[in-house]
Amino acid sequence: MQGPDLSVAAFLLLSALTLGGGGGVIFSGNIVYSALSLMVSFFGVAGLYVMLEADFVAGVQVLVYVGGVLVLTLFAVMLTHRIEDIKVSNRGVGKLPGLAAALAMFAGLIAALEVAPWKLPAEGVAHESFASTQSIGNALLGRYVLPFEVASIVLLSVLVGAVVLSRKEVAEPRVRDDA
Amino acid sequence: MPEALGLQHFLLVGAALFCMGLYCVLTRRNAIGILMGVELVLNAANVNYIAFSRYGVGGVDGQVFSIFVIMLAAAEAAIGLAIVLGIYRRSGSIDVSQMTSLRG
Amino acid sequence: MVDPHHVADVAVHSSQLLRWIPLIPLLGAAVNFLLGTRIQARAGRGGVAAVAIASSLASFVLVVISFFSLLAFDEHSRLVIDTVAPWVHIGSLNVDIGFQFDPLSAVMTLVITGIGSLIHIYSYGYMDEEPAAWRFFALLNLFMFAMLTLVLGDSLLLMFVGWEGVGLCSWALIGFWHQDHVNATAGNKAFIVNRIGDFGFLLGVFLLFWSLDSAGQASMVFRELPALVGGLEGMALWGVPVVTLITLFLFVGATGKSAQIPLFVWLPDAMAGPTPVSALIHAATMVTAGVYMIGRLSFLFAMAPATLEVIAIIAAATAFFAATIGIAQNDIKKVLAYSTVSQLGYMFIAMGVGAWSAGIFHLVTHAFFKACLFLGAGSVIHAMHHEQDMRKMGGLRHYMPRTFWTFLIAAVAIAGVPGTAGFFSKDEILWNAYLHSPALWAMGFLSAGITAFYMFRLVFMTFYGECRADEHTREHLHESSGWMTWPLIILAVGSLFAGFLGVPAALGGSNAFAHFLEPVVGHMEHTGHHSLALEYGLMAASVGIAGLGILLAWLIYVKKVFSAESLARIGGGWPHRVFLNKYYVDELYGATVLRGTMGLSTLFAWFDRTVVDGVVNGSARVTRIGATLSGAFDFRVVDGLVNLTADAIHAFGGVVRRVQTGSLNTYLYVIVVVVAAVLFAGTWK
Repeated sequence: MQGPDLSVAAFLLLSALTLGGGGGVIFSGNIVYSALSLMVSFFGVAGLYVMLEADFVAGVQVLVYVGGVLVLTLFAVMLTHRIEDIKVSNRGVGKLPGLAAALAMFAGLIAALEVAPWKLPAEGVAHESFASTQSIGNALLGRYVLPFEVASIVLLSVLVGAVVLSRKEVAEPRVRDDA
Repeated sequence: MPEALGLQHFLLVGAALFCMGLYCVLTRRNAIGILMGVELVLNAANVNYIAFSRYGVGGVDGQVFSIFVIMLAAAEAAIGLAIVLGIYRRSGSIDVSQMTSLRG
Repeated sequence: MVDPHHVADVAVHSSQLLRWIPLIPLLGAAVNFLLGTRIQARAGRGGVAAVAIASSLASFVLVVISFFSLLAFDEHSRLVIDTVAPWVHIGSLNVDIGFQFDPLSAVMTLVITGIGSLIHIYSYGYMDEEPAAWRFFALLNLFMFAMLTLVLGDSLLLMFVGWEGVGLCSWALIGFWHQDHVNATAGNKAFIVNRIGDFGFLLGVFLLFWSLDSAGQASMVFRELPALVGGLEGMALWGVPVVTLITLFLFVGATGKSAQIPLFVWLPDAMAGPTPVSALIHAATMVTAGVYMIGRLSFLFAMAPATLEVIAIIAAATAFFAATIGIAQNDIKKVLAYSTVSQLGYMFIAMGVGAWSAGIFHLVTHAFFKACLFLGAGSVIHAMHHEQDMRKMGGLRHYMPRTFWTFLIAAVAIAGVPGTAGFFSKDEILWNAYLHSPALWAMGFLSAGITAFYMFRLVFMTFYGECRADEHTREHLHESSGWMTWPLIILAVGSLFAGFLGVPAALGGSNAFAHFLEPVVGHMEHTGHHSLALEYGLMAASVGIAGLGILLAWLIYVKKVFSAESLARIGGGWPHRVFLNKYYVDELYGATVLRGTMGLSTLFAWFDRTVVDGVVNGSARVTRIGATLSGAFDFRVVDGLVNLTADAIHAFGGVVRRVQTGSLNTYLYVIVVVVAAVLFAGTWK
């Protein structure tokens, strides 16, 4: 018999990290601080993935989210940094209605959680661990080969689209009289 | 919590993260801030998927889904930010309360 | 006493020739109406006159041919029919356009075309200064056409067409010199008075048709009527026998057309027309239409003794009345006009006592001498440059011998001097009148004396004594051209010898005339003595009184034993003034009938202006108000509804569009709220 379950402690820590980062995103006045809090949140989520025996996905999370999305976000923030982020008061929706909506949603989700009949494995059946990377690889090229290929096309289109969208508008070159 | 770690704990985390992201989307005026909120939401969904992959039936499908979600999230972030930059270039502002040209 | 003669069993011959008798003058009229101005421009008055005279003569030739072919038939089968075209076939009315030729038609058409042609020839000489000669000759021909249609028509309807046609031509010819208002008014008077008579005539025709239809079978055709009218005997309307009513109405028409009391007033005024017109229309032909009508329908009149009495009395009164007016007139044509009215009275006396052929006989002889008298007067007027007052004439027999002699012969004839045509015809009438009623004879007898007096007064004033015309006129007095004098000579010969057609048995003759007409008009037996002595006595009496009249005129106007002025002052001057002013009849009519009609028309005009126009204007106003209301309704209500619909949608849209805030946050918020709600709903178990 071990001592107090380390998993619980780990869980609590990682959850705090994630949710704290989330809070930082929300409540930060500075957009840059929000971005960095987001990074903390991402790391926390990665840790949770590891706890859930999804090591490959955790790696992907760190690589893509932190290394890609976050960097991109920071680029954008820097490019538009001349704008100040005014405090949270909004014309459309104020702080309170937003909070109310979020809490309502939370309540709803909890209720769903309690009520929904999840398809859980039978009592007493032991959980089998498996090598996640290998399984994922097999699944991607086996059962999910179509979404996989489509995903690559999506990425291609995103690439092209991003380039197009960020292109500067080029004025029509004037035709020279003497040529 | 005295009981063993179970599905509902992770789902709870996911729900909380989801609502935080929601709040961020609803109340931010900065367009990039809204996109950050969207990232939080997607992450919350991913947590759900992975939790079910571990505690539920279905094997590795949950994780595969997450990979797709991550990939799409990245794509969406790229495009979204490109759009935001375009808007910034045009109107010099990324304050969504000023983008009301679709107002009826 | 009365023996109506049925002609239903006469054999009928058909012909295609008869229609040309009226049609050729019609063609002549058409040529002169349409091309007259051009012909006159190229060929002068002679051209248009030639057209008219040729048409008239051609018609005369055809009549003569038809007459002789009629004579060739057996006495009881002298009826020729020419059916030209179908006309009216409605209900029980079946009439075709057709012409008939029998002894009565023969007599009438010979007079019309013969004397008519002579007058056409005379007109060429008389109208030598007339610029609108083409119109004159065209109208003369048109008149011939209408008159011939009247006497040749085989049905009452066609006869009425001719009846109206002659009225129209009379109007046009009386008012020929229409530039003078007086002439135009005279024409109108003739037409209007005739119209009143025609109204009566039409009522008679309608009544005849209606009652025949009620009795069984109706017809308007002359040859069918005698057999049908028997059914009318005993039929009464409003207590009066229907035949009497019919014949009375028809006689009203006759008084209009033939100038008897009370509708004679137009004839003296009609002297405003050119003298050939007076001769043709108002002496020889048109005015005799009434007499012809009674002759044609003699079988009908024979069934209504009451009407015949009325006719005889009115005729006798007219004869006397007109003669008295004639002795005081100073216009040569007016004397002759009243003379015509008086002589027509004689013809109607004859018809009134049932002496049909006597009346027609007098019609023929009168046509000769009256036409001669009028044409002679025209010759005088022409020579005197249109002076018509006898007081300015005198001694003209030295200047115009041929006119004088022919005029004298005609005057002698009208006076009834033995041997002349007038003697035989007038005496036959007086004889038949006596047999009917001596009182009637007395009126006619007296009138004969007066006739002789005024006629010779005219002769002596015009042709004898000193010429009272002024220097200028006297210098230009000369006999008229041959165109005018030859017709006078021919007519004078007729006035002398036409009488020998009807010499009565009492004087050793066979009365061929009456015999000729007998199959058509029948023969009325008379009660009373047919004493030969009586007949001679009456004849002597009428000769005597005629002689007395001539003598009186001689004494006054030639020998100047009594002065005319002193005679005029007899009885305080009253009788003379009454005669001169025609018994003030025109004034009487003016005060009563004319004033009444004008008053009525003023009333109607007021009614039309106030009531009828008021209604019309009122309805217009109502319509306008309705239109305004309708317009306001459309403007306010309808348009209001349309606009209201649009505004409502606009307002609704204005409200709904607030959903589109354009704010991203709002949209997301709504999404979140809804999803949360759905979640709640889904988990609410």
